[in-house]
Amino acid sequence: MIAFLATAFGTFLLYLLLTTASGPLFLWSKEELIIGAIFALIVAAIVRKIFPAENLRLLNPKRWFLLLAYIIWPFFPAMAKANIDVAYRVITGRINPGIVKISPKLKTDAGLTMLANSITLTPGTLSVDVDEETNDLYVHWINVKEEALEKMPRDYKYICGEFPDWARRVME
Amino acid sequence: MILDIITYICIGIGCLLNLLAAIGLHRFPDVYTRLHAGTKCTTFGSILLIAAVVIQSVSVWVAEGLSSPQSVLTLHAVIALVVILLTNPTSAHAIGRAAHRSGIKPARAVVDDLEKEKP
Repeated sequence: MIAFLATAFGTFLLYLLLTTASGPLFLWSKEELIIGAIFALIVAAIVRKIFPAENLRLLNPKRWFLLLAYIIWPFFPAMAKANIDVAYRVITGRINPGIVKISPKLKTDAGLTMLANSITLTPGTLSVDVDEETNDLYVHWINVKEEALEKMPRDYKYICGEFPDWARRVME
Repeated sequence: MILDIITYICIGIGCLLNLLAAIGLHRFPDVYTRLHAGTKCTTFGSILLIAAVVIQSVSVWVAEGLSSPQSVLTLHAVIALVVILLTNPTSAHAIGRAAHRSGIKPARAVVDDLEKEKP
């Protein structure tokens, strides 16, 4: 039931965002509101069975605020730095690449997805493959540091900083 | 006036980053390093270009009142940005994984753990 309502609400919100400025009721016309509600209910009824039940914990508003805080502070500056870093490497051509394995020890798919996407968007790293049994990530690193290669699996502090801890806090 | 200047600066830096991404696609030696150029520079370039669109359309939206058609431009640009931020790393991940599975070695690599563990 909660899954049904959450899906219907999310779908309706997306429909409203895509049909703004259609009429006089704040931003929408009456017809758009009615047809949007009908389609949202139909979609929610169809996906109710395949909605993974363990993902309901993501409805907790505390996780949304944590996600917002994560995007604003550690993530956005890191992304800006990534762009300057890659621009510098494009101009100078100074690269030292390699594929390293890290063990973030995340348990859920949602957390691992968030970490892999964060790694790809932040400086010098690109997630290439995942070990589905142990949830280890294989990361292509454009500028391999010697001190990170001492032990196996590699210390993720050098590669993605505090991101695994954030992914655990937000998604698990 | 001041908004126009901010818009021009955003468009300029955004175009410069996208240009650097295109140059990087030619300069880097293999598929993985090219993906670095293709994902990171284009993300921030798109953010700045969409920021320019949003600044202009919000200024018109505020001037024309709440039910102005400019709201479409603002909200759709923001949705496009969110979709770029979600799909860009995902597609890079898919291309990198497919390249490694079809046997392409990273050029000039100092270490390759994936090759050692899953040859």
